[in-house]
This record gives sequence, structure tokens and C-alpha cells, in this order.
Amino acid sequence: MTNTLEIDGLRLHLPGAARPVLAGIDLTVGARETVALVGESGSGKSLTSRSVLRLLPPGATTEGRVAVQGQDVLTMDAKQLRQLRTHTAAMIFQDPRAAINPLRRIGDFLTESLRLNADTPAQQADERAVRMLDAVGLGERVLRQYPGQLSGGMLQRVMIASALMGDPALILADEPTTALDVTTQAEVVGLLDDLRERFGTGLLFVTHDLGLAAAISDRVYVMYAGRIAETGPAEALFDRPRHPYTAALLRSTPRLDAPQGRLAAIKGQPPSLKEELTGCPFAARCPFATQACAEELPPHRPVPGEPDRLVACHHSDQLADQLAGSAAHD
Amino acid sequence: MTTALVRRPGLARVRTNRPLLYLLCLGFLGVVVLLALLAPWLSPHDPNAVDLGNALAGPSAAHPLGADGSGRDTASRLITGARTSLLGPLGVVAFSTVAGVVVGVAAGWRGGWLDSVLSRTTELVFAFPGLLLAILIVSIYGEGLIAPVVALGVAYLPYVSRLTRSLVLAERERPYVEAYQVQGHSAVQICLRHVLPNIAPVVLAQSTINFGYALIDLAGLSFLGLGVPALTPDWGRMVFDGESAIQAGYPLSAILPCVAIVLTVVAFNVVGERWADQVARRDR
Repeated sequence: MTNTLEIDGLRLHLPGAARPVLAGIDLTVGARETVALVGESGSGKSLTSRSVLRLLPPGATTEGRVAVQGQDVLTMDAKQLRQLRTHTAAMIFQDPRAAINPLRRIGDFLTESLRLNADTPAQQADERAVRMLDAVGLGERVLRQYPGQLSGGMLQRVMIASALMGDPALILADEPTTALDVTTQAEVVGLLDDLRERFGTGLLFVTHDLGLAAAISDRVYVMYAGRIAETGPAEALFDRPRHPYTAALLRSTPRLDAPQGRLAAIKGQPPSLKEELTGCPFAARCPFATQACAEELPPHRPVPGEPDRLVACHHSDQLADQLAGSAAHD
Repeated sequence: MTTALVRRPGLARVRTNRPLLYLLCLGFLGVVVLLALLAPWLSPHDPNAVDLGNALAGPSAAHPLGADGSGRDTASRLITGARTSLLGPLGVVAFSTVAGVVVGVAAGWRGGWLDSVLSRTTELVFAFPGLLLAILIVSIYGEGLIAPVVALGVAYLPYVSRLTRSLVLAERERPYVEAYQVQGHSAVQICLRHVLPNIAPVVLAQSTINFGYALIDLAGLSFLGLGVPALTPDWGRMVFDGESAIQAGYPLSAILPCVAIVLTVVAFNVVGERWADQVARRDR
């Protein structure tokens, strides 16, 4: 069976950057699978999800392969790309208030894509809009309302409904809960999970919130400076991080279920795009870094005994116990 | 939004915050437009009927606003003159708005070399005085309404295209444009169906202000004898014809069209500025 999304060796260059913004991303999302892509700002997680719809900044050049349902997105012509965006993959944005045209009624927003790009008769499109609104827990009434009349949480539901309108195989959610308040966040995440199950779509969930990633996803990719640092099943990865960066991220996340001292911030800044990188991108901030880390780029290696996990660290085997211990304690 | 409308130095300060004054201006424009539309039924006399016996007559029951140097009824000429005086600027504004929006959207949305070519070209036009361009074209194609209207339309195009370009540049960065892109809409669709309606109010405000400017310019051309043909009633032309009346000591037939021009231009300016302010407030 082909995966819904397959990214192989995706590299992305931006004009003016000294190193690739994405330096060889490998990522898969299976059918009906939820995959979280975690990283701090500037790690390239949003760019990765955007490249799936080829929504790239001007001047960007790409190498590698990004295949949705087996079709390479990066080599599509304009017509195929529109087909992909209308039917196969959909994106949910961070701030629904900004991503929905304020001058159009919700009904218009939901049905426009089907009416214009799929030649669906207006009535059929309306019916589907009503069904999708129902699926996200909103009434038919919303169709005639304007975005200004709805709350942020409701608008994000509208956004999700619009993503489902074309019956996509893959939904990309780019920090869909960041702009919402905490109570609404939980609802929206729960809803996304339900709908993924019900409509059988794959879900790539981009977030910087580790708790959210752990709660919703089957597998997690941790990104740092345009590379995947570590990947594996959510539970194993958060319980026994094998990459110092994952461990540091976990330590810097507030938790309710553990005795709490000061949160450990990660010292230093992520590497600037203006400098070339040699060696491991995390070496400068890593407490365990050695000479080898600064000189040689660590390849992705499987974790012994855990076939689904890959980690890009020279010392992950030696550090395993320390990292797991530190993640659990602080 | 920080996009500034293009204004002329003197008229930029003609604006009001008082709703009453704004409504008054709007009402005045309504009256002028009505007069223009209903001119054949409203004007008491044939505006071109010469009655030399009545030349330079003061206000009377038959001629409420007096008569000009050829004895033509001033009231009738003012009312009928409203037609040409509004039709001309309307043509200028329609032409410059449509063409300016096309140029501005193309430059702003497409960017790159097309933007450079279009922006430099319109700047070139902008640097060239509109009246001079109009005089040039009129001197080639002869007098009439079409030549000066087209010339001024071209001269006003940069006002609109610059504004549209900057609005489009700001608008295309807004996330909803991307949201439509990932729904599979083409750039043309997004542009026509969403970006244009969203920037329309500002462009409309600019065009309203332009209407006043175009009215001044066309009246100026008529005053110089380069606008409408001699017999057509037109406010600018009336000022020109009224010169002799002023010299004869009966200035009424020259002053009244001046007053009409000034009031109309001020009213258009106030209304346009008010709309621009409202849009700016909405965006904040």
C-alpha cells in the first residue's frame, strides 16, 4: 500500500540563505495516520508542510521528491497542482480569522472551491457544506453568516470543514490551535482526530506543542534546523528520547504530572540561516557535544531494538540512559 | 493600511470630520447630478437661444440668474452645462479607474519585470503634466470632448495604478489569499473574486477625489478654448465667455459657473476623503 504522503530527501533553498532551509527531509504519513512534526520556530516545520502543497516562498528551489498518493507534487504542472489542492490535500491554517476572507459569507467560502474548480452544481456543493458543518458541530445557519460574526473556535471549525469539502486524502494542519484559547484547543484537536478517523484521511500535524503532539499523533518527527533530529512512535519517543534536542525540548515543556523545578531553557539560539553548518546542527547548544559532533554530520540511524525509530546523533547509544533519565526527572 | 491616496497640494486639506457637512456635500452632488440628468426639462430657456436685446441683463422674473453677453439665459446654461461638466470627468474617471486597476493589479500581483516596466512607465506619465498632455492631444485631434477626456484619462491613470499596486501588494500577503490558493483556486480567480472587491473601496475613494480634479482640469481646458466646442454649454466655457461680461462690469454670468465648479469640486473632495477615512478606520 502506498503512503498518503511520502517525502524523500526534500531539500529547499531560499535566495540569500547560506545553507538549505530544509536539508534532506524524509517523512511519511500513512493512510489514516496522524503524524506530528515538532520543532521550534524557524526549524522548517511549516515549510515542510507547505511544500506538500507547493506553497513555497518566491525564489525557493527544491530537490527531492514530495509525493501525495504516489504523485510527485514538485514536478506537477499548474492544472495537476490545482487538482491536488482541490481534491487530494487540504491545509488548515494557524489563524482562521486571517485565513478566511472577511467580506464573504461562510457558505461562499466553503463551496467556492467545489463550484469553481470541480464544477459541482451549487446545490450539491451547498449540501456537502451543510454535511461538513454538521460534522464539525456547526449548524446550517453559519452558511449565511460572515466571519466577523463567529468566534475564533467556530471559525477554525469552519476552516476544518472547508478542508474536508474536497474529500481529501491528506490534511495538513499548520499549528491549527496556536491562535485559539486553551479550552478551544482541546476541542479542535479532538475534532480533528475524530474526523480523521471518520473520513479516513491522513493528518500531518505541525506544532511546537509537545503535549499536543503526544496526545494526538501516532508518530512524531522532531525537526531541528531543517533536518529531522529524531523520529519514532509518539509514546516511545517522549518516554525515551534518544536525541539530546528532544530531551532538551521535553525538559523545557511545563508538565503537570511531574514535580516541577525551574523549566530548563535550551541555551543559545538555533543556527542562523546566514551561516553554513558543518557537523551536527545542534552541536553548539548540546551539553554532550564532542569534537566529532562539530565536524561530522550525524546520519540517521535506527535505534537498536526499536525498528520504527531513527535518530541523528553520534552518541545516542551512549546517551540513552542519561537522556531518558533527565527527561523523566526534571 | 498605510497606503496614501494621491492628492493635490491645495485640495488635500479640504476635508471635514463633521457628518453634517459631509451629508451636505453628498446632497449637493446629488442635486447637481439630478440637474444634469433632468436638464432638458428643468432649464427654463433654450440654453443657446441668443437674445442680444437682453445681453448682460441682471436677474429678473424671466431670467432668474440674468443673461450673458449674448443674451443667453445663465440659469439654463448652468443647468445644461452640468451635463458636459460632469460627463467629461466621468469619462476621465471611468477610463483611468478601469485602466489603472488593470495596470496596478498586473504590476502588483505579477511583480518582477512586468512590475518594473509598468511602474516606470506610469511614473513617466505621472511626471508629465496632465494639462499639457491634454493640450498636446487636443492640438493634434482638434477640439471636442473625446480628445481631452482620453488625454486626462491617461494622465490620471498613474493615480489609480500606483494606489492599486500598493493595495494589491499588501493584500496578497494576507493569509486568506494563501488559503484560497490551497483550495485550488487559480491566481486570476483569487484576484478577480477576492482581492479586487477587498481593495475596491479605497480605489473608489481615490476615483471620487479624481473626479473633482478632472472637473477642474476639463474646465480649465474649456476656459482656454481647448475643451468642448464653442456653442456647447459648459461651466468652463461659460467662464471663458463671461470674460467680456466682467470687462463690461456685469460679472454675474462669469462668477456663477465659477461658483458651481468650486462647490462641486469641493463636494467631491470632501466625499472622497470621507470615504477614504472610513476605509482607513475599518482597517484599523
